[in-house]
Amino acid sequence: MSKWQNFIKGIIRENPVLVLLLGTCPTLAVTSSAVNALGMGVAATVVLLCSNMAISALRKVIPDKVRIPCYIVLIAGFVTMVEMLMHAFTPELYESLGIFLSLIVVNCIILGRAEMYASKNTVLDSAIDAVGMGIGFMMALFAMATIREIFGNGTFFGLEIPFLSENPISILALAPGGFFVFGCLIALVNKLTKGKARGSKEFGCSGCPSAYLCGKQGECASAEQTKTKGGEE
Amino acid sequence: METLKGFIIILMTSVLVNNYVLSRFLGICPFLGVSKKLNQATGMGAAVIFVMLMATAATWPIQTYLLDRFEIGYLRTIVFILVIAALVQLVEIVLKKYLPALHASLGIYLPLITTNCAVLGVTINNINDGYNFAESMVNSLGAGLGFLLAMVLFAGVRSRLESANPPKSFEGLPITLVSAAIVALSFFGFAGLVEGLFA
Repeated sequence: MSKWQNFIKGIIRENPVLVLLLGTCPTLAVTSSAVNALGMGVAATVVLLCSNMAISALRKVIPDKVRIPCYIVLIAGFVTMVEMLMHAFTPELYESLGIFLSLIVVNCIILGRAEMYASKNTVLDSAIDAVGMGIGFMMALFAMATIREIFGNGTFFGLEIPFLSENPISILALAPGGFFVFGCLIALVNKLTKGKARGSKEFGCSGCPSAYLCGKQGECASAEQTKTKGGEE
Repeated sequence: METLKGFIIILMTSVLVNNYVLSRFLGICPFLGVSKKLNQATGMGAAVIFVMLMATAATWPIQTYLLDRFEIGYLRTIVFILVIAALVQLVEIVLKKYLPALHASLGIYLPLITTNCAVLGVTINNINDGYNFAESMVNSLGAGLGFLLAMVLFAGVRSRLESANPPKSFEGLPITLVSAAIVALSFFGFAGLVEGLFA
């Protein structure tokens, strides 16, 4: 796989949110405004880049048996650094992202890339993979937030949009709207790719960082079968 | 009496009004992944309640007597995730050895809970909201019960969904998310419940 393909795969073909379906919690929670979505996307990308590079550099040092705890400690360290930086330089964003900034630690995308990619590839490849995946995550968040902010709130980056700000569909900016817009976006991706994007090998248990812990006995396995079946039809 | 009232308000808020899954968006992965069948949903819910209570019992004293005392509060994220991960492993080993029956029913869910954001989320929220130890435990119980409630309700919805015939591109996850939106909408009915509880 060339460097360019490696970079571009995270953005479209293996988009972490819309195709691999990882990191759903922040996707739903912080996308009620475009600023929050971009802030979250940048923070997660920085953590992903740092952790992927560090884990890739240490991949021959970390013993196989304790690799997951090692990854978690590394990731938590980088998350704390990003948190402190944002607290210092963008206090407003820090306040509005709140708890979801700390929860980047348990974001499946980051642990998933560490386990699936960084632990097996060189530092440069891991960095490219991280940037691609990060941009894919950010774009998915931004797309969700754009829809939810424009139609749910009648604003975009805080600027009022003439007709819509007087007649907002407020439900879209609230919790149920998050689920609804996310469902529609995935349906749109399915429609555009005709279900082919789902054929990726890194889906379901094989893309899940916890699969190693539960020995693939988790019940997601049964959900995975129906999903891949849905993709093939 | 006042304390009891306070406990009931915290419990009701975290179970119904600010449900962790449906209005705070914590723990979405297991909510979507493990809610296919009712018995799996209850198993996962019970395991989450258990781990949330254990995690709160462990992390609250650490925050108060260790991190606050030595003014190293910024290490909270690292310390909490490590404590939770270690705790889950420990609980699994203990259950396997001494309570094999319980391990058989909850065992496979426990490792999945290590990276569940609802557990880390509830422990951090307890500290941010300034709850004392008893209030934290009640809040965690409420969060766990709310998770269980959402899982059980949604498992019911999904079993109906099996026989539905959605448009092709909506098959699988998209239609599940759209129905989750409707379940979340139903929880709006609880808004204002707490204010009127002791009025």
